Amino acid sequence: MTSPLEQKKIKIAGPSIVTANRTWDGAVIYRTAQQGWSNQLTDAAIVRTSDDARALLAESVADDLGAVGAYIAPVEITEAGGIEPGNLREQIRRSGVTIGLPVQV
Amino acid sequence: MYAYDEIDRTLVNERVLEFRDQVRRRLSGELTEDEFKMLRLQNGVYLQLHAYMFRVAIPYGTLASRQLRRLAHVARTYDRGYGHFTTRQNIQFNWIKLAELPDALADLAEVGIHAMQTSGNNTRNVTSDQWAGVAPAEVEDPRIWAEILRQYTTLHPEFSFLPRKFKFAITASSHDRTAIRIHDIGLRLLRNQQGETGFEVLVGGGLGRTPFIGKTIKPFVHGRDLLSYVEAIMRVYNQYGRRDNIYKARIKILVHELGIEKFAAEVEEEWLQMREGALKLDDEVVEDIRARFSYPNYEELPEMPDELRDAAQDASFEAWRRNSVFPHKVRGYAIVTLSLKPAGGPPGDATAEQMDALADIADKYSFGEIRVGHEQNLALPHVARRDLPALWKALDRIGLATPNVNLISDIIACPGLDYCSLANARSIPIAQELTRRFANHDTANLIGRLHINISGCINACGHHHVGHIGILGVEKNGEEFYQITIGGRADENAELGTLIGPAVKFEEVADVVEDVVEAYLALRARPDELFIDTVKRLGVEPFKERVYATR
Repeated sequence: MTSPLEQKKIKIAGPSIVTANRTWDGAVIYRTAQQGWSNQLTDAAIVRTSDDARALLAESVADDLGAVGAYIAPVEITEAGGIEPGNLREQIRRSGVTIGLPVQV
Repeated sequence: MYAYDEIDRTLVNERVLEFRDQVRRRLSGELTEDEFKMLRLQNGVYLQLHAYMFRVAIPYGTLASRQLRRLAHVARTYDRGYGHFTTRQNIQFNWIKLAELPDALADLAEVGIHAMQTSGNNTRNVTSDQWAGVAPAEVEDPRIWAEILRQYTTLHPEFSFLPRKFKFAITASSHDRTAIRIHDIGLRLLRNQQGETGFEVLVGGGLGRTPFIGKTIKPFVHGRDLLSYVEAIMRVYNQYGRRDNIYKARIKILVHELGIEKFAAEVEEEWLQMREGALKLDDEVVEDIRARFSYPNYEELPEMPDELRDAAQDASFEAWRRNSVFPHKVRGYAIVTLSLKPAGGPPGDATAEQMDALADIADKYSFGEIRVGHEQNLALPHVARRDLPALWKALDRIGLATPNVNLISDIIACPGLDYCSLANARSIPIAQELTRRFANHDTANLIGRLHINISGCINACGHHHVGHIGILGVEKNGEEFYQITIGGRADENAELGTLIGPAVKFEEVADVVEDVVEAYLALRARPDELFIDTVKRLGVEPFKERVYATR
């Protein structure tokens, strides 16, 4: 995973969000436009410029108590305006493992 | 089994209290993640894709039934009802909450289990042969020495902040089930001409981005000098190992760059200054640790009891027995390997229900003892041969009698991109597809011994470099691709596999493996020539031609 520090040098190539893991339980969370966190990708704040991405990341990293390992991730915007993960890793983080778990929850 | 003394118990319990306070301070904001990260890693807590992952040590792969029950309890109470056995005799829980981790650790501490040094740049869980103490022709039980190393390395202040992680493995058998040649330090127990116990010491093995097979640094180090010699190696590494580049920080890089002769000379010089000092092991210390290991009171039993003779009429039982039951040093007993590789299942996973049931089975049939092997399987080390038919039925009822040990579907695989934050590609679905393709027992038997190892990234937790067939997941333009190697092996003749062609897509991997196997069946000199021997005899070219000719 690219560290937030290294990501400061990165220019985003398309719509992006900031994601992290919640500190107390490690659950996947997304930074919202209301400066909070949600466990739903659909609530994520979308950024489209590198400056906005860096600002959203800086704000997210500053919440050290609420979230761990914040980073910028690509997303795709569907024709209907929905948000989909931009790569397999993020797809797995959103939807869970691609295999059946030994014990169904 | 090794019985903890008061010092061990105090150490483990104090560690729980310490970690509980660290977690409290992290969750209250007194500690930042930067400050806390190293502390959690030193207690086996990683952050993965979906949650924290908790890695628990099973030193030298030995578990008591009450400990296995407690692992089941942790899986059920704090996780999602299962655990994953790894290639280094650890168990991982994938969904644990940081806030609940101190409680899980406290529950484990009650039965002498901990997570110390299962992560971080220190000496990791010392691994050994899962057949230790029961394997025929073993020099002596290597766990005695593994335990000495465990006590010596645990929280050793000089080696808690090494340039990089550091792994020991130790075996006492001529056939290496411990993969000592791919460890930072590998130890092979042997006796010299005077009948004294000592070790061939290997150094600089390891996989990952830059794989190396370990080299012999000293053909015989006397048992009494084990700690001083090992410390000399680690001092040289601690002094010269690179801290500026994580990819060049392992001891294997130092050994490679200095050359084994120069490295050995540095170690020798260091050792000569300290070998007569405080680290010299006197017999009393060794015997004290030996005495803390207990062994079953075996009965005098026949090698071929009536129960076994009768059960041999059952083809299903025989199929399992041939692949899962191995000779024991005591007449009338057997070692039984339990496959954690059912067709279509994630390699190495066991549910809480299976763990609980297996603990009961171990109490009934194996003097309450279970072993964990680096192949991600379990073993019962003390089974009376008369009990094998009943044991088989009991294991079958809980899904632990898959008759594929050492066959093509007995796959080693890392968690891959389904769980791991470092992975580039998925491993488990590849393993699942392969186990389905080769689920037919007759086909698998026809192919014979063949080890497939799968890693989801170059860090090689699935040991792909040393798989007879190795599969490495890589990412290309956002898509999963897989490189295939053949000819690797992790035993006493350890070798790194050779790439056979361009990486293939996720959907093509099982087809390529099938083609490799078909090539082998066509190329082998006779039915009992193993895959690995055919590759050794012919090289990779004939395989490359057949597999890639139509691709």
